[in-house]
Amino acid sequence: MSLLEVKDLQVRVEEREILHGLSLTVNPGQVHAIMGPNGSGKSTLSHVIAGKPGYEVTGGQILFRGEDLLEMEPNERAAKGVFLAFQYPVEIPGVTTWNFLHAALNAQRKARGEDEISSPAFLKKVREVAKSLNIPQDMLKRGVNVGFSGGEKKRNEILQMALFEPAVCILDEMDSGLDIDALRIAADGVNALRSPERAMVVITHYQRLLNYIVPDVVHVMSKGRVVKSGGKELALELEESGYAQFEDAA
Amino acid sequence: MPAVQETVERVRRIDVDQYRYGFETLIESDKAPKGLSEDTVRFISAKKNEPAWMLEWRLEAYRRWLTMTEPTWARVDYPKIDYQDIYYYAAPKPKKTLSSIDEIDPEILKTYEKLGIPLREVAILEGVEPPPGGEQTPNRKIAVDAVFDSVSVATTFQKELKAAGVIFMPISEAIREHPDLVQKYLGTVVPTSDNYFATLNSAVFSDGSFVYVPPGVRCPMELSTYFRINERNTGQFERTLIIADKGSYVSYLEGCTAPQRDENQLHAAVVELVTLDDAEIKYSTVQNWYPGNSEGKGGIYNFVTKRGDCRGRNSKISWTQVETGSAITWKYPSCILRGDNSSGEFYSIAISNGFQQVDSGTKMIHLGKNTSSRIISKGIAAGKSQNTYRGLVSAHRKATGARNYTACDSLLIGDKCGAHTVPYVEAKNSSATFEHEATTSKISEDVLFYCIQRGLSQEEAVGLVVNGFVKDVLQQLPMEFAVEAQKLISISLEGSVG
Amino acid sequence: MNVVAKTETGRALGDVFAVVRDRLPGKGKIADQRRQAFEAYERSGLPHRRIEDWKYTDLRALMREVLPLAPAPDAAVLSRAAAAVKLRAIDGVRRLVLVDGAFAPDLSDLGNPEKGLSIRPLREVLDAGDGALSEQAFASDISNPMIALNGAMATDGVVIDIANGTMLSQPLHIVHVASGTAPASMFTRSLLRLGRDTGVTLVESYLAAEGAKAYQTHDGLVVAIGDNARLDHVRLVEDAIDAFNISSATVTLGAHAHFNTFGLTSGGHVSRYQLTVTCAGEGSTVETNGVNLINGKQHADTTLFMDHAVPHCASREIFRAVVDDRAHSVFQGRIIVRPDAQKTDAKMMTRALLLSDDAEADNKPELEIFADDVTCGHGATTGALDESLLFYMRARGLPEKEAQALLIQAFVGEAIETIASDALREVAIATAQRWLEARA
Repeated sequence: MSLLEVKDLQVRVEEREILHGLSLTVNPGQVHAIMGPNGSGKSTLSHVIAGKPGYEVTGGQILFRGEDLLEMEPNERAAKGVFLAFQYPVEIPGVTTWNFLHAALNAQRKARGEDEISSPAFLKKVREVAKSLNIPQDMLKRGVNVGFSGGEKKRNEILQMALFEPAVCILDEMDSGLDIDALRIAADGVNALRSPERAMVVITHYQRLLNYIVPDVVHVMSKGRVVKSGGKELALELEESGYAQFEDAA
Repeated sequence: MPAVQETVERVRRIDVDQYRYGFETLIESDKAPKGLSEDTVRFISAKKNEPAWMLEWRLEAYRRWLTMTEPTWARVDYPKIDYQDIYYYAAPKPKKTLSSIDEIDPEILKTYEKLGIPLREVAILEGVEPPPGGEQTPNRKIAVDAVFDSVSVATTFQKELKAAGVIFMPISEAIREHPDLVQKYLGTVVPTSDNYFATLNSAVFSDGSFVYVPPGVRCPMELSTYFRINERNTGQFERTLIIADKGSYVSYLEGCTAPQRDENQLHAAVVELVTLDDAEIKYSTVQNWYPGNSEGKGGIYNFVTKRGDCRGRNSKISWTQVETGSAITWKYPSCILRGDNSSGEFYSIAISNGFQQVDSGTKMIHLGKNTSSRIISKGIAAGKSQNTYRGLVSAHRKATGARNYTACDSLLIGDKCGAHTVPYVEAKNSSATFEHEATTSKISEDVLFYCIQRGLSQEEAVGLVVNGFVKDVLQQLPMEFAVEAQKLISISLEGSVG
Repeated sequence: MNVVAKTETGRALGDVFAVVRDRLPGKGKIADQRRQAFEAYERSGLPHRRIEDWKYTDLRALMREVLPLAPAPDAAVLSRAAAAVKLRAIDGVRRLVLVDGAFAPDLSDLGNPEKGLSIRPLREVLDAGDGALSEQAFASDISNPMIALNGAMATDGVVIDIANGTMLSQPLHIVHVASGTAPASMFTRSLLRLGRDTGVTLVESYLAAEGAKAYQTHDGLVVAIGDNARLDHVRLVEDAIDAFNISSATVTLGAHAHFNTFGLTSGGHVSRYQLTVTCAGEGSTVETNGVNLINGKQHADTTLFMDHAVPHCASREIFRAVVDDRAHSVFQGRIIVRPDAQKTDAKMMTRALLLSDDAEADNKPELEIFADDVTCGHGATTGALDESLLFYMRARGLPEKEAQALLIQAFVGEAIETIASDALREVAIATAQRWLEARA
């Protein structure tokens, strides 16, 4: 069974249709890249998979391990193993990263019927993960993303990804606002999490990121549809010739 | 974050309407006849075996009260209170002098156990689990004075306090045992003529706590009073007087609860604080009187006058309050910065939900030279509630070098509530430096979604974000109270998001 | 005691009203409105500090009584007024002059009105029985005693109507001149109507002719800004130092309308300006800015009420007070966001600079929010001039007063800069400059 299956998805925002019948099948262990120009519906897709309010699904299905994802609350999806790394992670003043991670992890575990993780075990686990991602302890004591640089915010997303061990990770424009060094650190973090059980969907405008996170499958989106799919060489082709050729295809 | 988890469990256990402290204790009580007259005042004074001067003081206040009218300037709306339809005194029976905690009516002890307030000294020694990444707190002792309806039922740790020279006892006892101290300070911060509710309190107050910390003494433990209204149709009028003599320090905590009742009950307390040279008082309140049900029926009318007088040089008074209860809150813990270099602080969290109405804030009155004050107010309005911050900062002509910083933030949850900010900033000399900022906003949908994407439920997410919003103030509370307050905040917002 | 004072004040004025009532312009419905307004005023009398809105400006203590109406201006009065107007003339504007509460056609520019512009004295509109215009001019909130009194007593004013689609290039300038030598009251009421897609600049000045003293100006302005219209408004209060100026303006904005107003008060013994702005159409924006420059024993009060009644509107307020000697500056700014006025963006900043130990500044910014999806905030600061800056400037050779003047200019500059018209900004700067020079 495929891990994530998007079938003929149609999505509206207010009166405008953004996705007009998008399909996508992601199997365990795979890394999919979704590329496309601005406004092609890439972020909409990631938001709808995660269940962000404000989108109206007018047709199609999203199945996660065969279950209907659209029927689930966003937090249920998270507990099932759907993780969205946000393009713009929000700041939550006054809530330390420690507390936030602990609360979220336990909420997910509880929803899955697992035991809550104790404070000492949690501390140990976070410290290990943070160390591997080069995240200083000090950052964990600060409010979630408050005063973090762009690179720090993205690393915090990857830290959470590592901690929650999701089945599918959707990385929404992970490279936006990162310089080349920060990008490399973030990509290394992501690569370390690649495994035969886990799938990744990397959404990006530029091919650059895919030099670091090498995809198995590349999809090109335009005007709310996948217009072409192929191997990693498709990304290089796009780099050469741009998106214009696909605008008409859509 | 264990606190959040516990909160969530607790929230799940209770219905929307359910107020955790809403049970009633069935015990016999000894009441004054209903209504207010000179006889009522005499009755209370006699019950307390008060000296003649005290009765005179009360009667003068009563006569003054008769000439006064109820204030209407606050943004609160309630039906007219019939002052003749209230019992002004109710004491649990049998009333006799207690020599040890074991003599307290077991029903009352049970009440306090249900409230989570340990009256048995041994129980207080338990520590609280610190949050991850937080510091391990040393186990601390807290001396408790518990006031049940109109009388104080237990004061713990008397011996240890006595050894340090600290006087901590019901004010009714202090009037008899330390008349010189009481006479010297009572009514000097909040005069009997101060305002309608304070004057009423002066006439009929029945009990409350009295604290005196002698010069140079740092009170060896936190002092605490828990107030509980139990009787029907009963007003509670407690009076607290705390004096920190030169170079002393005391931290005082106050908690309040009441049973769920259909009728509204009146609570009109007066708290007076005095700090002499180099002394400091830290006064923390977690107010959780019954707020009324989801239709706005019942609940406590909380009309409270709290004021501190920084009488000495370099003295300091700090108020911290977490206000989640009461149908109506009318409360402005204030500082009179009389001594040169004295400082005042006001940290407040006021949460309103359902039909609650809150009009609360502070007054920082700068009289001495180089005085400073700081106000951090966090208002959270949900449901159909109205939440007003009202604050005065004033520097008088001679208060050269006065400084104030004020930050008032309001958070709105839902579109049926109101959040209001009414600051009065008055400078009467050019060297005063005042800075005031206020913002009003709602919980960001993006922040909520982010939390939910990480696995938290809507309610957990709101609780988390609100606790973050009020963190600056929570940090001012002693650890045990902070944990309690954090839970209370989440419970208070239960049902606020749909 | 208050009760007695109220009765006495009320009665004295009541007699005045009884006498003048029949001579006031406007019959029928307007006469009824006047009577109701007067009764509303009489119920409260002069407002005092126990009334929350008047906490800092106790007219019972400051003004004590309302003076009788000024007589109609004679030739001597008009000629002194003409001299005063000339002294403060602004180039390139269309001038409309009110002397002692009466429209003065000879001092006003009524010729060659641009297409779509209509200007008439209020008295003429009332005498002509133009019901709609008169009613609009008198439709105001009589729960405020001083607005009620103004409505009851108004003798004249100007009624300006701008037809849909008219963009006026020439600013209009209403000049209020007090010219009679005997202390008296002037009551004026003006109406400005901007149709759809219009634009205009309105300047209002308050002046005293030589010899005018201890007079009372009671002015009221009603403004309706149509959809997509824009009003730029500058108000300069340079009344005599022993005069009273109690004025109010009520401004309503239609959809996507814009209102930019700036007020500068440097004159008058006691002044109070009550401005109520209502965003009644979605997408409207408001900039309200002001400066008080006062000294001696002056008392200047600006009370602003910003009413966000509909969604998607924005308002900004910047207010500065410079207070010297024993003067007393008051700023009350209330922002209300009504239920359903979602997406409101409202911000207010008020700052006071105290130049003397006896000066007083009271700030009461207020937020009253009934909608949740809003961004609202206010800030208030009070302080003295920065000593280190002063010292630095003096070390560079500037005399103290000059250094102060530079810092004060910078302090008020942020508010003055909001004036849209270059020419009017210069007028405001010149007015501030006069105040600073008089100080030096």
